[in-house]
Amino acid sequence: MKQPDHLKVRKKKQRNQRLAFVSFGIISFSMVAILVVILSFILYHGFHVISWDFITKMPEDGMTKGGIYPAIIGTLYLVAGSMLFAFPIGVMSGIYINEYAKDGMLKRFIKMMTNNLAGVPSIVFGLFGMSLFVNKLKFGDSILAGSLTLGLLALPVVIRTTEEALKAIDNSFRIGSLALGATKWQTTRRVVMPMAFPNVITGLILSIGRVSGETAPILFTVAAYFLPKLPHSIFDKVMALPYHLYVIATSGTNIEASRGMAYGTALVLIMLVLIANLLANALRRYFSKKVKMN
Amino acid sequence: MRKRITKFLEKIIESLLLISGTFTSVIVLLIILFLFKEGAGLFTNTPMEKGNVVALNKANQVNELTPAQFKNIFDQKIKTWKEVGGSSDSIKLFRVDDIASFYTEDQIGSNFEHLGACINDHISKTPNIIAFFPTEYAATGFQGKLVKLKNITIGSFITDKEWFPTAQPVAQFGVLSLILGTLWVSFAAILFALPLGLATAIYLAEIADSRVRNILKPLIELLAGIPSVVYGFFGLVVIVPLIKTIFNLDVGETALAGSIILGIMALPTIITVSEDALRTTPRAMKEASLALGASKWQTIYKVSIPYSASGITAGAILGIGRAIGETMAVLMCTGNAAVIPHTLLQPVRTIPATIAAELGEAAQGGLHYKALFALGCILFIITFFINLAVEMISSKHRGGKHI
Amino acid sequence: MNKIETHNVNLHYGDFHALKGISMSIVENSVTALIGPSGCGKSTYLRLFNRMNDLISSVKIEGDILVEGKDIYERGVDVDELRKKVGMVFQKPNPFPKTIFENIAYGLRVNGIKDKAFIEERVERSLQQSALWGEVKDKLKKSAFELSGGQQQRLCIARALAIEPTVLLMDEPASALDPISTTKIEELIYELKNQYTIIIVTHNMQQAGRVSDRTAFFYMGELIEIDETKVIFTNPKNVRTQNYITGRFG
Repeated sequence: MKQPDHLKVRKKKQRNQRLAFVSFGIISFSMVAILVVILSFILYHGFHVISWDFITKMPEDGMTKGGIYPAIIGTLYLVAGSMLFAFPIGVMSGIYINEYAKDGMLKRFIKMMTNNLAGVPSIVFGLFGMSLFVNKLKFGDSILAGSLTLGLLALPVVIRTTEEALKAIDNSFRIGSLALGATKWQTTRRVVMPMAFPNVITGLILSIGRVSGETAPILFTVAAYFLPKLPHSIFDKVMALPYHLYVIATSGTNIEASRGMAYGTALVLIMLVLIANLLANALRRYFSKKVKMN
Repeated sequence: MRKRITKFLEKIIESLLLISGTFTSVIVLLIILFLFKEGAGLFTNTPMEKGNVVALNKANQVNELTPAQFKNIFDQKIKTWKEVGGSSDSIKLFRVDDIASFYTEDQIGSNFEHLGACINDHISKTPNIIAFFPTEYAATGFQGKLVKLKNITIGSFITDKEWFPTAQPVAQFGVLSLILGTLWVSFAAILFALPLGLATAIYLAEIADSRVRNILKPLIELLAGIPSVVYGFFGLVVIVPLIKTIFNLDVGETALAGSIILGIMALPTIITVSEDALRTTPRAMKEASLALGASKWQTIYKVSIPYSASGITAGAILGIGRAIGETMAVLMCTGNAAVIPHTLLQPVRTIPATIAAELGEAAQGGLHYKALFALGCILFIITFFINLAVEMISSKHRGGKHI
Repeated sequence: MNKIETHNVNLHYGDFHALKGISMSIVENSVTALIGPSGCGKSTYLRLFNRMNDLISSVKIEGDILVEGKDIYERGVDVDELRKKVGMVFQKPNPFPKTIFENIAYGLRVNGIKDKAFIEERVERSLQQSALWGEVKDKLKKSAFELSGGQQQRLCIARALAIEPTVLLMDEPASALDPISTTKIEELIYELKNQYTIIIVTHNMQQAGRVSDRTAFFYMGELIEIDETKVIFTNPKNVRTQNYITGRFG
């Protein structure tokens, strides 16, 4: 048979495959190495900064000493505010898209716009929030303006997770309920939503992680450079963790002296995200076990 | 009766859901409306400081100047009137502070009560003068000729290189260097993130066994969860000094530092989207290839990758979109110099970083403020088209395709 | 002469015992049909011979599987080489999204053949062997997806033949086709058996009766009976075979 040297071809094939697989494996594990390097770097430098005082005291001495209490509280307010806004609307929107909307132009348009909103850069949300909430509606730099802006940013995430959660539910449940004479809303509320609930909650927690780390949208809508007191109303400014980190890392009064505070703040931020992720995973596992048991 | 009420409630709920469903669309439209309304204001104004005028001698043939010409005249880059369409005489600059070198204190008056008359006199006596002074001194009986400063045009906004939003007497709003800076940093980021991300996606989708995958996948998802400001901080304290030492630079805040951080940030997007795309390759197709004696690797690059090429492209474009819009990390690592970069080792400034850095200082409703909104419009348009492209590519992927 | 032999083969998918102690011989240049109800293990058994089961990570195989006298599950066996020797045609036609020509050239190219004239000649010969040449010779550059289902399946057979295997595994090759296409495939099998050892899994007992020389009946992971096809269909020794053949279950 007219073929190239058999053994050579075999060897080449095997060599190429081994080369590809080994290098791809190395690359994949180095992705994780990047994560480990970043996390351990910040943990190493931030660990000894974190103390009870650090998370419960006001910043002192031009933000080079003291704690980050107001920033933590500010971020909590913002997260709560944005979720209060984004969660109901997002879930309802997800229900509409997956359960109610008929296939056609409107549904396609809505889905396209939702995808589009998800792709809008966070700084553009900042601009929009500033011109609509701060200036036009005259909320000023306030928790209200910042929460609404962050809520808009979280909205596509909530919608998508709701949609995914609903999509995963087998149609037979819906048909079963409808066949018993239940209305569409009764079916959605009593059959579909309870089943989708675990995944919706998971999505909510993940978007909390996302929102708590966003900086650009709050730059011009709520974040205060330095404000050593807690807010009294939703029309007050607050400090926030990500903005605080940005400030003391780049433009504090004494950048070198506040490095320690910066590491500590970064660590607290990462912990927030980590906890959100772990919680989401744990919940997902817990609920899926429960479903199996039933 | 009860049935009626139920039906009525159903209707209400349905319309509530519909309203929620259209909410995102409304928001997108509102974003467009607000951004473009504020941004468009830039193009109906001249970039002249309010309350000032520019005047020439009556004999001068020049009637209009563009903002860029104006700035170049005062920077003495343009030295003769010929360069702006006038005579070949050289230009004589005059600012209101210069008055003391032409007139005595007595002539001006102790309370500057004759300042207007002096300026008037000086302009009418100096044929090649260009004078910049407060409007109040060009009152009745003014002998000179006020120059019309042309509006900023969309064309000059996009093609001018100079971004000096607070320059005197005329601010410069040219965003070319910012646009190029943004694209530079983003493409460099993808250039390094795409091969790495693709390799990881292939490994996860085709090579790794499920145990390894179950460990790697959540960790990579975690990489996507780290806030951008933390990435920026890490870049600032680790990558920036590293680049400074390695390349022996004066400053480490460079396009390269931004690209590396952006690349890392784009990795999870590229990996997830590409992996999902690779997974759509039908098992039958892979089995057919293996049954013909192709090795696993040959099957991957001859069947799986071509089959999912459009999905992988979508992932790459999405990654670029993320990189273009990213603000904080770039702001903290790239040095923010508004010049067109020629190498990756120069500082660079991107559109989002410019907005973030300057909006706090720009007076609301002022030209600078409007210019930053116009920048936001450009950013929005770029990302809008990127999203559209991704949408089109991935919907095409669902239909029949051909390698 | 026996082309393939298995001795006491057991196969587990995780906890599931899919093949139970199967010993069987397959004669060279003949057609062997594997029949039995769904889930009886016949497809799993077929996939042993080109090690397609390797793709499933939870699979565990014991026993000897010999092709041309060599144990193909021994360490150091090159699976790609084995698969060149043992071609396979699948249940559903699965052409690549490439041109007709490139579909057939694929197996040659991945095995390191670059000679253009050689590839062209081989493509033509394979298409003629699978009785498709006349229908596609003018549209070799067209997408394989433009062919009908039956044509696609014959293309897949041609694709398998192009790398000159000696064994051809067919996993219900006609189950997704219309009756006319099925007839064509059956005629093809009849033609091919002079040069190839063919093992065919089928649900269709008439088909087994028409094309095969020997028939093996599988039930619940066990080989119940193997004999000349004539014997199996007219005078099976085992009552379960008889029940299946006569349509009492299946």
